[in-house]
Amino acid sequence: MSAPSTPSLPAASAPGRTLAAWWQALPLTTVFALFFLIPLALVLMVSFWDYNQYEMLPDFTFKNYLAVFDGCLSRNESGDLCVTLKTYLSTFKFCLLVWALTLVIGFTVSYFLAFHVQSSGVQVVLFVLCTIPFWTSNVIRMIAWVPLLGRNGLVNDFLVGYGMVDQPIEWLLFSNFSVVLAFVHLFTTFMIVPIFNSMMRIDRSLIEAASDSGASAWQTLWNVIIPLCRTGIIIGSIFVITIVMGDFVTIGVMGGQQIASVGKIIQVQTSYLQFPLAAANAVVLLAIVLMIIWALTRMVDIRKEL
Amino acid sequence: MNSDKRPPAFWLLAAFFAAYVLFLYGPMFVIVVLSFQGPEGGLTFPMRGVSLHWFSKLAEGLGTVDISAALRRSVGLGLTVMAFTIVLSVLASLAFRKKLRFANVLFFTVVASLIMPSIIVSLGIGLEFRLLDGGVKKVLETLGMDGVLENYGTALGIYTSALGAHLTWTLPFGLLIMFAIFNRFNPAYEEAARDLGATPWQTFRHVVLPLIAPSVVGIGMFGFTLSWDEIARTSQAIGDVNTLPLELQGLTTTVTTPSIYALGTVTMVVSFLVMGLAVGLSSLLAKRQHAKRDT
Repeated sequence: MSAPSTPSLPAASAPGRTLAAWWQALPLTTVFALFFLIPLALVLMVSFWDYNQYEMLPDFTFKNYLAVFDGCLSRNESGDLCVTLKTYLSTFKFCLLVWALTLVIGFTVSYFLAFHVQSSGVQVVLFVLCTIPFWTSNVIRMIAWVPLLGRNGLVNDFLVGYGMVDQPIEWLLFSNFSVVLAFVHLFTTFMIVPIFNSMMRIDRSLIEAASDSGASAWQTLWNVIIPLCRTGIIIGSIFVITIVMGDFVTIGVMGGQQIASVGKIIQVQTSYLQFPLAAANAVVLLAIVLMIIWALTRMVDIRKEL
Repeated sequence: MNSDKRPPAFWLLAAFFAAYVLFLYGPMFVIVVLSFQGPEGGLTFPMRGVSLHWFSKLAEGLGTVDISAALRRSVGLGLTVMAFTIVLSVLASLAFRKKLRFANVLFFTVVASLIMPSIIVSLGIGLEFRLLDGGVKKVLETLGMDGVLENYGTALGIYTSALGAHLTWTLPFGLLIMFAIFNRFNPAYEEAARDLGATPWQTFRHVVLPLIAPSVVGIGMFGFTLSWDEIARTSQAIGDVNTLPLELQGLTTTVTTPSIYALGTVTMVVSFLVMGLAVGLSSLLAKRQHAKRDT
């Protein structure tokens, strides 16, 4: 596997080829400059602006950041944390739960596919089966839980019908539970794909060597397979964690619009046209996400995985 | 592990896998079934008859939302995103195979776009276009073009800000897939073409493109389906009219009839149709390639 940037062709007529490379990269570069880099820079800039009810006012003030962390240095009279800290804590909690669940489920599914399915044709079919829902609508996949988990849904019908509970359980839908369930349902694919990819690259003779040397299946898993899947696990983790950290759609729909999240705060502030405040929140979120990614990517080169 | 008798661990893992697939598809299957609910039926089981009632309700529009107009907008945008994603990813991947300064910077920008929380990208694009609006209005004012100024609404729109927002999401997938393709690509074919005197364009058109075409179809599929379902990046970067998924998201809180399942079924059918088309076209192209090679 050569890195994509290393020229795999002899550099015949080098100047012409360099020029060609420039114009070929130009359209893509322009899109990311216009719709990614400039917008990010504007978010940073506007986070220092002032605003009134109607418009944004160019300025250089820290007032939005002060507003974000208002009351965060000490607990208030009733002993509660400030809104921002509380929201981040709740988002971190979701993150940790969803990360652990998607990792365990994603790893187990990939392990089965990579090491227990012997025919490569069956392997491909089953792998595609796991990825197809990724190309369908997330909102539909969320709504799909309503007839199952609702007050009169299938699960409650079953539980009440068999006398396991006296009354329908209320916390199945529009609750923390349904939010985590939907996250796992939607995003385990992001774990499966990179972990499966890593597993398929493991030289099978290593596993044979491990078992020949007397390692049990568990020892092989723990000492050979998991270390060799590290890159896949980290890439999957980055995907899942960044999605959950910035999410407002899943938490909105599955939480019945009642559960707070950082993404939701930003969305609500934008709808009230408080752009500078939303921008300050976005910058804080970005800083935290970047720190998490930085910590995770210390030892992985994404390019080697393609 | 090659023995005929499978170890018990296999059956345990197979059961886990089956449960996962059921978890993945079960709910989707349920709403497809429920969308054929009879006219008296509700949001949950039991089914009260089987009918297309809720599909016809859907065609009439839900509340104030014109579903078919939103559907047409989303198809149009999806096709545009698809075309841009294919052309721009293929072009850029060709550039990455040559000597390109800033190749690393560009690559990390693309990856950053993929993992950036969507709400931040969306907010940024929304801000960009609002500031642009302010600028345009100021220019029109100073030029004294009052007529134009009065008619000027906003630069935010399906084919401006929303298109850009979708591309920040689809292009990383397109480019990464192209990298994966070219990592497994044998450059000997190109060298042979060049040695035989082909121009760079001829080499691309007659040698490289036919070889990568089956996979490029896959990029098109990513482009369309990801755009077709996109909400998070579009949410703050859209003008007066919404795309279908945004309408759908809004309807989740207001619609309490199986019409919403019917809408879900329709969007799912479109997604599956596109996937089917892509797979069909891709294998057709691959077959033609093999046929040519054999003759």
